[in-house]
Amino acid sequence: MLATGLVATQPRHFPSKCATQHEGKFRQTPFIVLDIKNLSKTFTSAGEPVHVLRGVDLDIKAGERVALTGESGSGKSTLLHLIAGLDAADGGTIALEGTEITVLSDAGRAALRRDRLGLVFQQYNLIPSLSVDDNLAFQARIAGRHDAAWHAELVERLGLANLLKRYPEQLSGGQQQRVAIGRALAIKPTLLLADEPTGNLDEDTAENVLALTRDLVARTGCGFLMVTHSLHLAATLDRHVTLHAGRVS
Amino acid sequence: MQLATLLIGLISATALWSGVQAINQQARNAYDRAAATFGGTRTAMLVASDAATFPQELFVKLRRAGWPVSPMLEGRVQINGRSIRLLGIEPVTLPVDVGNAPSLGRNDLAAFVGPPGQTLVARETLGDLQQVEGATPAISNGAKLPPLRMQQQLVSDVLVVDIGAAQRLLGKPDQISRLLIGKARGKPAPLASVVGDQLQLVEPNAETELERLTDSFHLNLTAFGLLSFFVGLFIVNSAVGLAFEQRLPMLRTLRACGASARLLNTVLVVELVALAFVAGLVGLVCGYFIAAALLPDVAASLRGLYGAQIPGQLTLRGEWWLAGIGISILGALIAAATSLLKAIRLPLLATAQPQAWQQAQHRWLILQGTAALAVFAVAALLLRYGDSLIAGFGVLAALMLGAALILPAFLEIILRTGQRGARSPLALWFWADSRQQLSGLSLALMALLLALAVNVGVSTMVESFSRTFLGWLNGRLAADVYVSAPDNAKAVAIRNWLRERSEVQAVLSGGRAETQVAGQPVELLGLPDHALYRERWPLLETAPKAWTQLVPGNAAFISEQLSRRLNVRVGDVVEIATPGGNWELDIAGIYADYGNPKGQLTVNVAALLRHFPQTPQTRMGLIVPRDRIPGLIAALQKQFALDDRSVADQATVKAESIRIFNRTFAVTSALNAFTLGVAGIALLTSLLTLANSRLPQLAPLWAIGITRPKLAAIELTKTLSVALFTALLALPLGLLVAWCLLAIVNVKAFGWRLPFHVFPQQLVELVAVALLASLLAALLPVLRLARMQPATLVKVFANER
Repeated sequence: MLATGLVATQPRHFPSKCATQHEGKFRQTPFIVLDIKNLSKTFTSAGEPVHVLRGVDLDIKAGERVALTGESGSGKSTLLHLIAGLDAADGGTIALEGTEITVLSDAGRAALRRDRLGLVFQQYNLIPSLSVDDNLAFQARIAGRHDAAWHAELVERLGLANLLKRYPEQLSGGQQQRVAIGRALAIKPTLLLADEPTGNLDEDTAENVLALTRDLVARTGCGFLMVTHSLHLAATLDRHVTLHAGRVS
Repeated sequence: MQLATLLIGLISATALWSGVQAINQQARNAYDRAAATFGGTRTAMLVASDAATFPQELFVKLRRAGWPVSPMLEGRVQINGRSIRLLGIEPVTLPVDVGNAPSLGRNDLAAFVGPPGQTLVARETLGDLQQVEGATPAISNGAKLPPLRMQQQLVSDVLVVDIGAAQRLLGKPDQISRLLIGKARGKPAPLASVVGDQLQLVEPNAETELERLTDSFHLNLTAFGLLSFFVGLFIVNSAVGLAFEQRLPMLRTLRACGASARLLNTVLVVELVALAFVAGLVGLVCGYFIAAALLPDVAASLRGLYGAQIPGQLTLRGEWWLAGIGISILGALIAAATSLLKAIRLPLLATAQPQAWQQAQHRWLILQGTAALAVFAVAALLLRYGDSLIAGFGVLAALMLGAALILPAFLEIILRTGQRGARSPLALWFWADSRQQLSGLSLALMALLLALAVNVGVSTMVESFSRTFLGWLNGRLAADVYVSAPDNAKAVAIRNWLRERSEVQAVLSGGRAETQVAGQPVELLGLPDHALYRERWPLLETAPKAWTQLVPGNAAFISEQLSRRLNVRVGDVVEIATPGGNWELDIAGIYADYGNPKGQLTVNVAALLRHFPQTPQTRMGLIVPRDRIPGLIAALQKQFALDDRSVADQATVKAESIRIFNRTFAVTSALNAFTLGVAGIALLTSLLTLANSRLPQLAPLWAIGITRPKLAAIELTKTLSVALFTALLALPLGLLVAWCLLAIVNVKAFGWRLPFHVFPQQLVELVAVALLASLLAALLPVLRLARMQPATLVKVFANER
């Protein structure tokens, strides 16, 4: 696996909670925000067990941007859901900044997602009843981590200043995804997880959205794991891993 | 889920509608039977111009002049203290076309007209009189009836004898009440040339007096049935709407593959009609059971309010089944109309939303609000210019429709205010999401609003009536003990015996006679001049020294309903027909006479007996110290072999009156509960269907760290909040409905106006019931959400979803 020193070389105005704790000690050696060991998950389909993940090992360092590719049905989204605590693993461990996710209760996993994870989905999954402004601030505010200056910067950098009063259904796909990314980054997460964030966007828009995401991730210093089918986009990140036959290669 | 919801909606709608229709049909059959028997108002007849009866010789003259007339004498007799209608007929001349009468009278003609004759009586009446076939019970003047013979087709509460026997029994020799007119073969001589102006022709009426009187009751039932039907359709509408939304992608795909819009719509309509057919059948079976369960109470209500006799057993015609299926299919098509129209206009490609949901909702709310204001204007116009029962119900319908239409706008204002005041992000989402859900829930909430308003209105009306009735009963039941002697001779003996008893402070003998005022049947009540009546008899309006005016016999009090019907006020004069000619009475007071279907005039009893000498004097009230009542009753029963029905103390009579009163409103309460139940189901089905479509909105919140139990709690709070706001709007609306019922509908339907009271405890209880119904409706979807497996929520984020 490649280890990059991107975080150390980028200015860090918005260090994550973990990075703050370890900044002095690991200034030249970025610490690991995500550490997955021997992770397995089996589904039952038509009465037959389907072993989707068969002992996945993966780690992501603070500031590291990783692309996860693999053929359809290879378990990419499943892996992302397990990391986010949306689903429970059958075996193995997932540690986020040293917190073991697999042993957490439902409420504990919910708190972890709220406070330390940013999630971006292909379908955007914005809250339709709230305006763009309220959507952007939603997670940060329920996590008690709303930062007006950072919120303003996100609005500016994501180009949402003229759209703040609008509702999600009034936005284009690219605009909606920018709001979703802004919402996920508003809490200054430890790890940003994105599941096919550009899957619904045209090539130019996809590149723009991803470029913005890369910049903002670098700005926050969080880890970034993106599931994608596009090898072209995967190549723009620091590291590219592939899920095949239930294992990461 | 949608299929179940659709079927529940259609079955509820059909069941309640067809149940009410079955009851109405049963009652109308009974009225027809009553009307057809011996020439009710459906037969042309000749009556005296200015008296209750006329000489028999006029009948002979008319027959000779070629008039196909048949004589009839009508009066009331008392058997064991029970007043019953006695009809004397002449079976040989009875017109063939007078309903089923000939078969009754001509059956075993010789036995009927020859000595000792027969008294035809319905099975129910035979039971009520506690008599058996062949018995010859005595009436109040001591005369004996011809042997009783049960006649299945006969209406209840009527005794039919030969006219000769009737003249003897009623003490009206050679007198006739009316002449029924059959079909003339030739052209008879003009009426005036035969009898001068002694008789007048009464044309047959399409609607009987009973039908006219009971119209309001059946209209009330129909209104409840319609309300439940529409509430049921609300359920169907929401189910079809959701099913359509879920099928939209499939419909687009089929259209893209070449299926025409017409073909798709035909398939959708066929599917809907098939489902409506099945649901209609099930609904009809349910409706039958509802009608069968309610019929005894409906029969009791109609007997209590109007004296109408309805058999307690349900018989249904084929057209009822056909109409039920028809209404189910029609209802389903109406409820699905908007979705079917959408399917016809469906564009092949999904287009981007031109407007945000808020803008669309805003436009929709303005449209509905404008419609509501228009409907309220109609209500105001009807209130100002309408002067009929239909107009009264029109005001009610317009008020409720307007309130239902304005409800979403009212809720939107509350929710928007809440959103503006919200500080925390979850509170903000709570209000915003409630606003967004409004369009999906509004139909169910409208149903809840209507059901609650009707509940508040009817409960307030019944409670107002109950309080007024109890106060009135306390005044009317002035005596401590009531005695009803079997005949006049025994009544005299009882009176003499009572005078010897030291505990009896007063014997108040009254009397009742029947007559006509302006062509309407009226009951004359004779009261003795006693201080007790002056103190306690409740009068609504009175002339100075009203009771003193009554004593000479040229003044009367009039019941409220009769005063309204005749448009008579205090100081006016009414003229009534008596056996000795007309009797002019000054109106000295108006009194409430709740529950009496007939108009009533109260006069001094001595004056009554002077004008109606045949009046039985078998009833009396006694003033007795409370502690001596049981002893006196026991002694009376022992001395004169009187049963409990013939001697009763005030408390027993009051308890019986209250029991009848409560039963009268049992049907209303049952329908009230049904309507609220259907509204609850509407809310449940809406929430269940919404729950499925809401997953994509709730899953992101779960994904960003709000636990499922917390989400479930928020969802529950949201439902209860909108239900609470709806219930709070239903309270003033319900009170308005109550006012309409008391001040408009009751006055038109029954002839009396009741004071309007508000019962805060009842209102609080109803709000609690509404919240409980909403809690029960919300519980299932909320529990499902709280226990939902993460895998289900995760599916929302799966790309292959």
